[in-house]
Amino acid sequence: MDWGTLHTFIGGVNKHSTSIGKVWITVIFIFRVMILVVAAQEVWGDEQDDFVCNTLQPGCKNVCYDHFFPVSHIRLWALQLIFVSTPALLVAMHVAYYRHETARKFRRGEKRNEFKDLEDIKKQKVRIEGSLWWTYTSSIFFRIIFEAAFMYVFYFLYNGYHLPWVLKCGIDPCPNLVDCFISRPTEKTVFTVFMISASVICMLLNVAELCYLLLKVCFRRSKRGQTQRNHPNHALKESKQNEMNELISDSGQNATTGFPS
Amino acid sequence: MSWMFLRDLLSGVNKYSTGIGRIWLAVVFIFRLLVYMVAAEHVWKDEQKEFECNIRQPGCENVCFDYYFPVSQVRLWALQLIMVSTPSLLVVLHVAYCEGREKRHRKKLYVSPGTMDGGLWYTYLISLIVKTGFEIGFLVLFYKLYDGFSVPYLVKCDLKPCPNTVDCFISKPTEKTIFILFLVSTSCLCVILNFMELSFLVLKCLIKCCLQKYPKSLKVLSV
Repeated sequence: MDWGTLHTFIGGVNKHSTSIGKVWITVIFIFRVMILVVAAQEVWGDEQDDFVCNTLQPGCKNVCYDHFFPVSHIRLWALQLIFVSTPALLVAMHVAYYRHETARKFRRGEKRNEFKDLEDIKKQKVRIEGSLWWTYTSSIFFRIIFEAAFMYVFYFLYNGYHLPWVLKCGIDPCPNLVDCFISRPTEKTVFTVFMISASVICMLLNVAELCYLLLKVCFRRSKRGQTQRNHPNHALKESKQNEMNELISDSGQNATTGFPS
Repeated sequence: MSWMFLRDLLSGVNKYSTGIGRIWLAVVFIFRLLVYMVAAEHVWKDEQKEFECNIRQPGCENVCFDYYFPVSQVRLWALQLIMVSTPSLLVVLHVAYCEGREKRHRKKLYVSPGTMDGGLWYTYLISLIVKTGFEIGFLVLFYKLYDGFSVPYLVKCDLKPCPNTVDCFISKPTEKTIFILFLVSTSCLCVILNFMELSFLVLKCLIKCCLQKYPKSLKVLSV
């Protein structure tokens, strides 16, 4: 079980996403998951082993490390990536439910003119409209919330996105204020800034996608409103014509059967 | 043999599950198995090496670590994942047994081996009850073994060969506490999903039974 499985889950959502959504999935897997797996874990691999405090007091290093790094950067990134990818599953579940209902109706004989067989239903690309539009928009909204929340947690936990090379620690059992040295602080800062920038780009893509979906709906509604405005009595005229046609056909029938109209 | 094997086995259960069952599978795969593999396992990686006691007496650290961590939390987590996932295999075995029977007798014995009625309904119900039992059992075990769900930064130990009560410091206690709380919340979520699925199945069966009895009583009334 690894990131490949998450990629399989999320990759399935890809065909029902907008173009911006597809770009977002690519950014997530190439610039965040791959960087996390390939580089960040090497850089943070020996973080506790090489965290050194200027004291021989047993336990001082442990408590100082725990105080300054309550959760490791890479664990926080891994959790962020998992939480940010999961709302896409809402869309996958909605599409699966829609296909299940369509297949059920097909088996009852209701949608025979729309699909040839059950395989056709499975291959159909579901359009983002109606209730799926709401599910998709909510998933993007949750993604934005999770990204922002994790970025804030990062900032709050580590007092910014920069790692210092020395920390001062005076927590029991440390006998006095001791110097503690973090391993590879510059490399860690570089990766932190990179991951934060990738987060920001993903957030911007999500905001753009949200705006695109909202604009699409507004545009579609205004187009529908315009067609109704251009033909204002169109519906009224149609119903009157239908009534007249019925009267004509009724009187025609009565004439053939010989009854007075 | 690795977690992939469990994942592949469980993926086969997906087609015989209800909607809530599929949500349960997604929660187990993503929030428990994936989080365990990419994050939690590494937090407990050097737990014994980084367990430090304020003493130079050889053997003191070993006995104290063994006393406070009889089974490592991360190993208990892995055991819980395995035990909780396996009852779903009862369903797969049942369907395979039905299909095997049909093949042996060379005729159609069941409407469809995968539909949730008759024997398969009972098997599914039993698997749900066993799953829930394991979840709650492991949570209680966790609580009893470690006196709660939080990991302290310091434990006091006076077992032989430690000469007196020594301070022993656990590594990364905050991170471990966060992950244990994450494990407990996902466990509770899975228990709630199991209860929901159980109620759904029982209600569905009761409604079906009532509907089957109701037309008979209608016929009696009309005569």
